Amino acid sequence: MKNLLILGSGTAGTMMANKLHKDLNRKVWNITIVDPEVVHYYQPGFLFVPFGIYQPEDVVRMKAEFLPREVNFIVDEVTRITGEKNEVTLKERGTLPYDVLIIATGANVVPGETPGLEGKLWHKEIFDFYTYEGATLLAKKLETWQGGKLVINLTETLIKCPVAPLEFAFLADAYFTEKGMRSKVEIFYVTPLSGAFTKPKATKMLSALLEEKHITVIPDFYVQEVDNERKVLISYDQKEVPFDLLVTVPVNKGADMIAASHMGDEDGLNFVPTDKHTLQSKKFENVFVIGDATNVPASKAGSVAHFEGEILLENILSFIHQLPLEAKFDGHANCFIETGYGKAALIDFNYETEPLAGKFPWPIVGPMGLLKVNRANHFGKLAFRWIYWHILLTGKSLPVTSNMSMAGKEVEKEIVKH
Amino acid sequence: METLEFNNKTIAVNEEGYLKDSAQWSPELAHQLAKDVNISLTDKHFQVLNWLRAKQAEGVALSIRKVGNSGIVDIKEFYQLFPGGPLKISSKIAGIPKPVSCI
Repeated sequence: MKNLLILGSGTAGTMMANKLHKDLNRKVWNITIVDPEVVHYYQPGFLFVPFGIYQPEDVVRMKAEFLPREVNFIVDEVTRITGEKNEVTLKERGTLPYDVLIIATGANVVPGETPGLEGKLWHKEIFDFYTYEGATLLAKKLETWQGGKLVINLTETLIKCPVAPLEFAFLADAYFTEKGMRSKVEIFYVTPLSGAFTKPKATKMLSALLEEKHITVIPDFYVQEVDNERKVLISYDQKEVPFDLLVTVPVNKGADMIAASHMGDEDGLNFVPTDKHTLQSKKFENVFVIGDATNVPASKAGSVAHFEGEILLENILSFIHQLPLEAKFDGHANCFIETGYGKAALIDFNYETEPLAGKFPWPIVGPMGLLKVNRANHFGKLAFRWIYWHILLTGKSLPVTSNMSMAGKEVEKEIVKH
Repeated sequence: METLEFNNKTIAVNEEGYLKDSAQWSPELAHQLAKDVNISLTDKHFQVLNWLRAKQAEGVALSIRKVGNSGIVDIKEFYQLFPGGPLKISSKIAGIPKPVSCI
């Protein structure tokens, strides 16, 4: 028997287990998946928890529910990959050999990377919403908060779901307006990027929205530390931003065992150097990487993992049959941007093409509008939770192509390349 | 198409002033580009510029954090060398494309 081993049973790993279970010859292949956690969180739902739109229990299920019974699920922590020996070391259960390895260990927030973030104000006046705990505690805080300076800060440019902090700002505007206290709250969006958005068309449309909602953007601010006494953010070039309530997006890192295995990228963030088209690791040919764990220049988002999944399945089957890896991922991402008051925008883009206006997924009829704020997009976003549990994780296909389609997009003269 | 004149040569740049062809770069041109943003280049600046050019040629997606891990400068020193937006500014002076993010 041969072994296909998947590390990580989040969105990408669970989806691959389901796909491979259907397509691999089970008389030849054992499929094993390893994860230290038994709970599967619906991470896109964390955004809604602080505002009471979702209750904490809406975003929690058991991982085992979504894995085929024939797949071995090992609850343990991976401490090391030894690619030269084709084996993985677990904390409790020794080593596991593999013929093909899929790394799907994702990204996690690490507030400890920024001095002062986990100081005495942590979970009192400083919160994150990228974890179940952070989102839940922030919901409690917002219930009784009397207002002041609300600062939303991105500590790094490389974060999962790069639009979530903006959505947080939009939803906060709506939340405080509906509570009748918007005039008591100043909202600041503090980012190391040169703006809330950097792609030209999205910037044009979304900058207007930020202005309309009185959200102040402070660009090019790369935070070095947080002063808990004075309640200010301090940047590497000594700029300061004061806050009363800080909502941080901490540094995002891949799994520690990636560093222990000497398989991380040179920024020290533990993302795995990966061929951006074939999804094969650059170090070992029988190791593949998917989802947030890669260093490919695509958004770290569930939609990206989904589109990568179809490509990865094809390439793993090719690899097993000693055929060239012909399926190529194009960087396709598709993100809803919740803008408050039951409306949302939608963007669809890839490595080469910036988000354009238009209709999605079908030209003219939509029903969803690209780069437009409307109710259909909002319902699309809410419906996505059902799609996530029932279609995406189970490895089924959505009625959307893996590589991006230009159908329905409004192109002005030429496609803007980057 | 926008261009800039340098040593009797015409060099193509994009609308933000980034070189379209990084092969047209030279240390002399770097001095000229740096002058536009009031930076006078030292050896340390050039160590950073050469590192950026080498990484860009390898296809590495650049970030401030990667420069900070390069062993040449830490992040604070990088800001001191290229004040404001160090990666954007140093990329322009190094004759490589503006670093992109995904949104």
